[in-house]
Amino acid sequence: MCLVLSNQKSNMKLYCLSGHPTLPCNVLKFKSTTIMLDCGLDMTSTLNFLPLPLVQSPRLSNLPGWSLKDGNAFLDKELKECSGHVFVDSVPEFCLPETELIDLSTVDVILISNYHCMMALPYITEHTGFTGTVYATEPTVQIGRLLMEELVNFIERVPKAQSASLWKNKDIQRLLPSPLKDAVEVSTWRRCYTMQEVNSALSKIQLVGYSQKIELFGAVQVTPLSSGYALGSSNWIIQSHYEKVSYVSGSSLLTTHPQPMDQASLKNSDVLVLTGLTQIPTANPDGMVGEFCSNLALTVRNGGNVLVPCYPSGVIYDLLECLYQYIDSAGLSNIPFYFISPVANSSLEFSQIFAEWLCHNKQTKVYLPEPPFPHAELIQTNKLKHYPSLHGDFSSDFRQPCVVFTGHPSLRFGDVVHFMELWGKSSLNTVIFTEPDFSYLEALAPYQPLAMKCIYCPIDTRLNFIQVSKLLKEVQPLHVVCPEQYTQPPPAQSHRMDLMIDCQPPAMSYRRAEVLALPFKRRYEKIEIMPELADSLVPMEIKPGISLATVSAVLHTKDNKHVLQPPPRPTQPTGGKKRKRASDDIPDCKVLKPLLSGSIPVEQFVQALEKHGFSDIKVEDTAKGHIVLLQEAETLIQIEEDSTHIICDNDEMLRVRLRDLVLKFLQKF
Amino acid sequence: MDPECSQLLPALCSVLADPRQPVADDTCLEKLLDWFKTITEAGSSLLLLQENPCLLGLLCHMLKPQDLSPRVLAFSLRLAGMLAAQEDCFQYLQQGELLPRLFGEAGPLGGAAWTAPSVRSGWIQGLRSLARHPSALCFLADCGAVDTIFSLQGDSSLFVASAAGQLLVHILGLSLQGPAEGHPGLQTGDWPVCAQKIVSHIEESLRSAATPQITQALNVLTTTFGHCHSPWTQVLWVRLSPLVACLLEKDPVPAAHSLVDLLLSVARSPVLSSSSCGLWETLAQTLSHLSPTQAGPLALGILKLQECPQALRAQAFAVLLQPLTCVLEATAQAPGLLDSLDGTGGASVTVDTLLPSKAACVGLLCRTLAHLELLQPLPQRPSPWPQAPLLGATVTILRLCSGSATPTSDAGGHLCAFLVGCVRVQRAALDFLGTLSQGTGPRELVTQVFAVLLEYLTSPDSSPTVLKKAFQATFRWLQSSPETPGCSDLDPHAQLFLRELLPVLPKRLCSPCWEVRDSGLEFLTQMIGRWGGQAGFRRALLASEVPELTEQLLRDPESYVRASAVAATGQLSSQGLRVTPASPEHPGGQQKSLLAELLHILSTDSEGFPRRAVMHVFTQWLRDGHADVAGDTERFVARVLQVASQDLDWEVRAQGLELALVFLEQTLGRPSSHCPYAVTPPVAAPPSPLAQALRPLCRVQLFEFAFRALFDCDRPVAQKSCDLLLFLRAQTASYSGPQGSGNVPEVASVEAALQRWQAGDQGQPLGYLEPEVVVAVLRSMDLEGLRGALAESSDRVEKSPQSLLQDMLATVGALGEDEADCY
Repeated sequence: MCLVLSNQKSNMKLYCLSGHPTLPCNVLKFKSTTIMLDCGLDMTSTLNFLPLPLVQSPRLSNLPGWSLKDGNAFLDKELKECSGHVFVDSVPEFCLPETELIDLSTVDVILISNYHCMMALPYITEHTGFTGTVYATEPTVQIGRLLMEELVNFIERVPKAQSASLWKNKDIQRLLPSPLKDAVEVSTWRRCYTMQEVNSALSKIQLVGYSQKIELFGAVQVTPLSSGYALGSSNWIIQSHYEKVSYVSGSSLLTTHPQPMDQASLKNSDVLVLTGLTQIPTANPDGMVGEFCSNLALTVRNGGNVLVPCYPSGVIYDLLECLYQYIDSAGLSNIPFYFISPVANSSLEFSQIFAEWLCHNKQTKVYLPEPPFPHAELIQTNKLKHYPSLHGDFSSDFRQPCVVFTGHPSLRFGDVVHFMELWGKSSLNTVIFTEPDFSYLEALAPYQPLAMKCIYCPIDTRLNFIQVSKLLKEVQPLHVVCPEQYTQPPPAQSHRMDLMIDCQPPAMSYRRAEVLALPFKRRYEKIEIMPELADSLVPMEIKPGISLATVSAVLHTKDNKHVLQPPPRPTQPTGGKKRKRASDDIPDCKVLKPLLSGSIPVEQFVQALEKHGFSDIKVEDTAKGHIVLLQEAETLIQIEEDSTHIICDNDEMLRVRLRDLVLKFLQKF
Repeated sequence: MDPECSQLLPALCSVLADPRQPVADDTCLEKLLDWFKTITEAGSSLLLLQENPCLLGLLCHMLKPQDLSPRVLAFSLRLAGMLAAQEDCFQYLQQGELLPRLFGEAGPLGGAAWTAPSVRSGWIQGLRSLARHPSALCFLADCGAVDTIFSLQGDSSLFVASAAGQLLVHILGLSLQGPAEGHPGLQTGDWPVCAQKIVSHIEESLRSAATPQITQALNVLTTTFGHCHSPWTQVLWVRLSPLVACLLEKDPVPAAHSLVDLLLSVARSPVLSSSSCGLWETLAQTLSHLSPTQAGPLALGILKLQECPQALRAQAFAVLLQPLTCVLEATAQAPGLLDSLDGTGGASVTVDTLLPSKAACVGLLCRTLAHLELLQPLPQRPSPWPQAPLLGATVTILRLCSGSATPTSDAGGHLCAFLVGCVRVQRAALDFLGTLSQGTGPRELVTQVFAVLLEYLTSPDSSPTVLKKAFQATFRWLQSSPETPGCSDLDPHAQLFLRELLPVLPKRLCSPCWEVRDSGLEFLTQMIGRWGGQAGFRRALLASEVPELTEQLLRDPESYVRASAVAATGQLSSQGLRVTPASPEHPGGQQKSLLAELLHILSTDSEGFPRRAVMHVFTQWLRDGHADVAGDTERFVARVLQVASQDLDWEVRAQGLELALVFLEQTLGRPSSHCPYAVTPPVAAPPSPLAQALRPLCRVQLFEFAFRALFDCDRPVAQKSCDLLLFLRAQTASYSGPQGSGNVPEVASVEAALQRWQAGDQGQPLGYLEPEVVVAVLRSMDLEGLRGALAESSDRVEKSPQSLLQDMLATVGALGEDEADCY
């Protein structure tokens, strides 16, 4: 049974806390729940800082301080200059999602879609009074933990005494050169969290599996679906009985290692929130992998080393798989591949144990039994070696020329900083950028002048605009909501009309710190009816297949569930004021007039009138129905779809006669 | 018919007539019909029937109501038609009322067998064979066959429907052969009844509102005008052309594709195109009425016509160019380019109408580019040929596809969105761009061509097939770029381009995609072949990593790539462009010689392609007197022949014979008469100049190789060897040395060994042979006879009609087991 909510206005709102399209953080208020969708951490802010060298770097420590045009050098301790760019000499800081737009302690649940989109979690769960639950799949949590652990490790192992804050002063920031001058909300930038905070945040996560239905307060149901982008990555369905919101974040239709994307379940959504598309829509991942391999081979053949700044999980698995097939054909079998990360070992091992989250091909390998990823064989044959850090075993094993995979892709912290300093001076070496999150030119800025070759092969397997337009045609949501960046071509390629979302009706766009009222009205609500009440109903068939019954009941609402209960029996008035007062609340249960249904066929009605002696009848059509005019009797009968009025001058007899005539054409029950 | 076959035929006929005996398959019956066809074409069908009454028996048997297989029924109908093609036999069969009962209402036409398409097809083909003489026409009229054929035009089986149409054309032609041929002025009203009936049917179909019927009529007319050029076709066209013109007034034009075919067929007919029956006007009208996609093939057809009014050609060319004009317009190219493409004053069409959706846009552009590519090399192509605008448009399309064009208009933006990353258009445009290299263009446009080619060669997004086309187009453009006066080196612009291209090539040679490595190597081989001797090219190539990488690809895991690497390395080495071994950067020191490496590939590579490539390189080296070979040619040839003779791939062995032939020619020298000015090497003094000359051939064991090849199980190898030995025998015949008769026992033993080889036992080698023995063996062998035997196809025995009949009988067990031909 459903309740029609005739005049209820839209009460669904989306609070947009992050402006970064691939690191989203949005809060959805839906029915009575407050749901945070992802909490991505924008790390591009770290590009404004000097790199943290693992080994003392004379070059970095001797960079000149920056002074204002008038020679004022009061900032020279905080800001350093390198090849015309100015950097903050301090512990790197991150740009957090908005915390002021909505009281984050009211958030009931956080839904995580993939491990890249949970990096701000400790900031939210530990510092905002958050008391709710976080939902994520197991690989997301495990690999997310690795990413956080690596981040904390990279930053904590290079303690920096100095913490610059002077430059953040609004009046001073105005005087700084770009891009520091244009950096947004620098006052809210925060240092990295601690491992303790990470552990506490992760303890609030509840693990879920694909297609598992999770009830939230009886009001809505949330379900994660495979999104095909990374191990355990998910899209989410948030639905009530009559409304469905799909949240698509970081999805891929390419055949890489994860389980393929579940598109079918996204059908029939009222609203589809679309985030996490490819950041490099013009680069085809296949072409980029080819480019990566060719450049790697060319460098190594010439005796140079290759540096690949990367995250410890994700694309690296696919790259290693490509290299596994490629190295023999390219004559690179003797070249060592090193993977250096505090979590390298766990990452390589985790990837092999999450069989149920892998694509079909890899799943079948497990039953052979073989490791799903061929990097196991690379490790076994000593072609790939992994180390937690460049200190220790690595320094004794290290052999050149070689290929090194290490973090962090921003080139601001992690072992990569050391290799940039070590290899940057020789043009034989090459750094190949594969992660699309950071502008490679900005990442390289503090290393200039640089002799080593730089190749940009961003590999982003997330949906491109062609795939999105196919997806939208397939799943046909009523409304699409997306970051504003997706509703126009990229600024550098304003003519590329193909690089934007093209759908009907046009997508609603959001930007950081904006609140969107989502465009749909809740019209129905499901109501349960108690069995004993149902028993008492006597339906009457008014048309073949349609029966009606009147119900008198009490509507009981609790925990977003609505139940019709039998009305309390009218108690005998036994006196006593209290009782009487209580019975006032009881609905009036006296026998009601019968309900009418059906429509009045005007021609037959006129005939009936004539038969009953009315003459001089005129019928006029109106916008809503008809007016039957009995000119002699000076009486008007207004017949409309849901009402009939008999207007006559104080002739009750006539009115009753006419009423009875009208009633003959209607059904009663 | 030979007596053996005559003997087998009755048994076969009874097998065919027996519904319980399954017939082998359709191919047997087809072969049987082919055989009957050759017999009836060569002699009298009547005689055939009289000598083999079983055939008539088979045909009569078909008339009995029974459960016959549709195959046999169809076969019998076709056989009957084939026999009745001769008028006397037709009359003979008519006597027994056999034909009307087979082809008329009483035959399979009314029965259940008619539901099988093969029976309907057999019926049509039978009639088609039968309709050769005037009596047949009367027969067709009497049995009402024409009406059945009309209905079969719409048959559910496309084969039947198409055959029905062709039969109508055939009957029309036959009925008009006599009367109308004699009187070209005869109007259709005076035509024979049968012809009139067909024409009325066509008219009715053309007036019909149903597109399938119109299509059928148009197809019949297309075939008629395409095959028959008698004067009556003109009368027919004059009568029907108004109806055809009426089709153009409908919107959309029905059966446009067939209409285009018809009009082109009319225009190609020498009878019709020369007359003034409004054909050109109709064509012009059609061009303007059809949609751009439909008009393209018509425009191309018109432009291919030898004779055609200039105005119509101009109109057709404008239609063909419309999509490209649109592209230029939408991307706001220089107005000069646009004018020359749109000079005909046709209403300008916008992108929105011409290229409305991605699918339409891609399809139309691909077709247009393909049409223009076909047109470009033709002598009757439009003149002046708008080379510059075409180049401009093609470059623009390629830029739109790669996303590097920056259109300013909305239409351009849409076009860009349609075309970005579209591999089909990229391939078509690169093909056409390559074709355009045959003409010249303004310098700045040529610069743009090279720029867009470089963009494609560099882009990581170019798919392997696109890249291959880009390489091909690049080579064609480099080839056509003007040479520097004085020396035949590349012109400075091309050199500049090469300097940018060569750094790209190593990356392509390292690609993880083998197709890319392969097309990179093919391109390189072409380039070295063309410019390997030019200083500028040599400098640029040697300064790059290309030669070294090419050599590394000899060990590529993909056999195609290895083969291409072999060819490229062979070229590099021939041109002295190989990297010098043992440089200080390669502390490995001793680099294996290329010859040894190629020999290693020849003897060990598991795939045929690289081994074939090695043989090609070796043959070329021997021909050119390559330094590695010239040092010790005999040892080289001996080694190669030894390895090649054991190869499992027949092409390698055949190429070995090619190499042997080169060596032979070099050793014996061409006959002096061919080259009067050549310095004749002084003929060695007696006792035996022949022996002297043949000795090197004996030392490299060329004869052992050639004799072995003579009995090779692969015919091309044996044929080649036979040719080589015949050539050798001719060469030795001119020598007048002693005939080597002193060594008779050895000759006999060689001959015995060769006989064993021929019998399949090739185990025992011949060992070293004296020249005299070789000459004697050669002279005693029937090489001409062997060549004749080899020239016949290998299945000549199995193809004989006797074998066919035996086979068919054997499959149903009608022959004794011991007689079965089990080849």
